[in-house]
Amino acid sequence: MAIKPQEKVAPRGAQKHRVGHLDRSRGWFRHHIEVALQALVRLTVTPVATLMTLAVLAIALALPGFLFTVVNNIQQFSIGWDTNPRIMLYLNTEVEDARAEQLSLELMLHGGLSGVELIDRDQGLREFSSYSEFAGMLSLLDSNPLPAVILVLPADHQAAALQQLQAELQSIPEVSEAVLDLEWIQRLNAYLLMAERFSWVLSGLLALAVLLVVGNTIRMTLESRRDEILVAKLVGATDAWVRRPFLYSGFWYGLIGSLFAFVLVQVSLYLITGPANQLAQLYSSNFVLQGLDLTSGLILIATGTGLGVLGGFLSTGRHLRAIEPS
Amino acid sequence: MAAIRFSNVGKRYEGGFDALTGVDFTLESGEMAFLTGHSGAGKSTLLKLIMLMERASRGQVQVGDQDLNSLSRRNIPQHRRRIGVVFQNHHLLFDRTVFDNVALPLQIAGYDPSDAARRVRAALDKVGLLMREKQNPIALSSGEQQRVGIARAIVNKPAVLLADEPTGNLDPELSEGVMRLFEQFNRIGTTVLIASHDISLIERMRRRTLVLRGGRLVADGY
Repeated sequence: MAIKPQEKVAPRGAQKHRVGHLDRSRGWFRHHIEVALQALVRLTVTPVATLMTLAVLAIALALPGFLFTVVNNIQQFSIGWDTNPRIMLYLNTEVEDARAEQLSLELMLHGGLSGVELIDRDQGLREFSSYSEFAGMLSLLDSNPLPAVILVLPADHQAAALQQLQAELQSIPEVSEAVLDLEWIQRLNAYLLMAERFSWVLSGLLALAVLLVVGNTIRMTLESRRDEILVAKLVGATDAWVRRPFLYSGFWYGLIGSLFAFVLVQVSLYLITGPANQLAQLYSSNFVLQGLDLTSGLILIATGTGLGVLGGFLSTGRHLRAIEPS
Repeated sequence: MAAIRFSNVGKRYEGGFDALTGVDFTLESGEMAFLTGHSGAGKSTLLKLIMLMERASRGQVQVGDQDLNSLSRRNIPQHRRRIGVVFQNHHLLFDRTVFDNVALPLQIAGYDPSDAARRVRAALDKVGLLMREKQNPIALSSGEQQRVGIARAIVNKPAVLLADEPTGNLDPELSEGVMRLFEQFNRIGTTVLIASHDISLIERMRRRTLVLRGGRLVADGY
């Protein structure tokens, strides 16, 4: 197995031997490295089966990684609004530009508002044209269908005050609808909370899948190495010694699988970067899509590796005890 | 000092079958003895008790100064490292070379590789197979395979060497050679206990012989 035959001829005859403590710990360390490498080599003996197992593991690990990243991104995206609630006043379409202008000036004098911005119908059309793929259709219409919008920033950010302000602005005759952005944010946050919870549940299920896949794969190799285990136990192998190669197999499955998963997440995110940034621009946000950062990446890989080892541990426990020389 | 001591040992298997009943004997350190009897007389069971592949249902088995009843499952590997065993079907692994087969007990015990290599060669030299170290055991004759099994059993320099029908598959000439090997190991101080039903071979060896019949020790002498 590991000990390389050497060419020099050994001295003959019996010698008393004791394995010293230092020797033992060095041997232990060397044994671990050897077993780890052998386990890795063993994976390459059946490349197709190994790759398929790794692909399943990678997908199972990538899904939660991807979900958490998306949730994280949306949370980050929404942070801007939490501190600055806004109310959008959509004016009736028949309101003249001049009247809209005047209304915005009147609102500036309103004590409850800290800022007012008018987006008149022409400006709205220009912005719409530059961002929307439907811009071409607008030219088919005789007149501009968009209403003028007055964006106001409330001074008081308390929920009750905001609602009262919204009702007050809604009652202005020219205003067709007063929309409090905060409602949308609150809903978004509720959705996010749900998405996060869902991600955890899904992660738990997928972690279980990883355990089962690794466990099952290792149990099959365990059966194929039955003779070796029996002989090793007969000549004095401990349970730990017999179990070690299988734990390292689990380790490699987990590590390589999660590395693949990491790549999968990054590639998927790269694919949606373009549209996501465009979306952010629409909201005039300086949001940039975040991939898995170093910490999250390490967590993903550590979790994957840990699950691999645990899978190896669980699948060998009872079975190894059952394989006893008789 | 006693190498192996059985005191009123009984082994009852599930279902009530008594494989051994009231077995008493002592094998002194450095002694060589045969264990004989018809198949089913309890020879293998007796060896399994020494190896702790089975536990005695009654009485006490002692190996060296260790009472096996008080040995926990955790300590069985250490116990087995002190005993070399040769099997009739030799239990060699065909996925590795002769050298690696013999090296297995040393790897398990954590020997330094160069030290282990020296010991493996010394053991293979003793059984006359040094030239075969790089071959797969499947390419060897059954006599040679048995000798590889013996090399593996003695590579760790065990105090006690057990053999279960070591000549079962061999012709008389090869059997004689294997027995001479056991005598050699005995001469350097190893306690040897050989289970065999080859009466003529045992008679020629002129050693102490324990005879089992129906799980009872019915004769013990030369």
